Amino acid sequence: MNNQGTANREQGTESMENLLRRAIPRLEDDPVPPHDLWPAMQARLKSDPQLTTRLRAVPWFDWALVAGLAVFAIAFPAAVPMLLYYL
Amino acid sequence: MGTMEEQTREELEQFCFGNETAFEALFRRHQRAVYGWILRIVRDPGTAEDLTIETFFRIHRAHARFDPARGFEPWARRIATHAALDWMRAQRPETAMADEFFAAVPSPPASDPALTAEIRRAVVLALGRLPPKLRIAASLAVVEERPYKEVASALGITKAAVKLRVFRAMRRLRTDLEQQGIRP
Repeated sequence: MNNQGTANREQGTESMENLLRRAIPRLEDDPVPPHDLWPAMQARLKSDPQLTTRLRAVPWFDWALVAGLAVFAIAFPAAVPMLLYYL
Repeated sequence: MGTMEEQTREELEQFCFGNETAFEALFRRHQRAVYGWILRIVRDPGTAEDLTIETFFRIHRAHARFDPARGFEPWARRIATHAALDWMRAQRPETAMADEFFAAVPSPPASDPALTAEIRRAVVLALGRLPPKLRIAASLAVVEERPYKEVASALGITKAAVKLRVFRAMRRLRTDLEQQGIRP
């Protein structure tokens, strides 16, 4: 009885597999990309999102602080050694 | 012959150290195989192109983790399969495998011309409704008739697990089709 159930299950799977193969023919043996993908690969490597993500990960107020310090250093260059002394 | 093998080994070792020339050589040598593998899963040439780039991008990022002793192609195939899996998870099931995709891919005509377009469409859409893990197993092992061992290696699971996924996929497909009044 148990064997019969297993056989029916296997038969059911097999008939479904056959229907799937009949409905969706397999691809030819060696599908080829329509063109060389290297230029697209190079472009992708150049626009590495990791780098932009890292830059974006720095909060805006840190950038504002850096900009403020730069403006301060340009406006009062004599104060830079004193600032460095206290850092 | 020995020189060629040595050159390949040298190239793989260089790739591990992040050498861009070695990466380009590997890309040119394997892009066709990776594209073909992905196309078998997604069945859409445009998506297969994008995912080939994504696969090699991941390969490029993971170069330090590559073990030259284990071979490049199986490693690339596994990364490609996971890139395709991620893409499938991001799609809505109905759009991920519309039958237009199948029409767009050059393939031999169906072995059974008696199979109506309606049944074919129902089968394709039912396959598209499967969870991505089951769909990949069914597409590669049943439709493409790839060896279980190869599918297992690409999915990073055992052969027995692939057989189980295929069995579960067939059971779900059968139930789905029966609900639409189609008896496989």
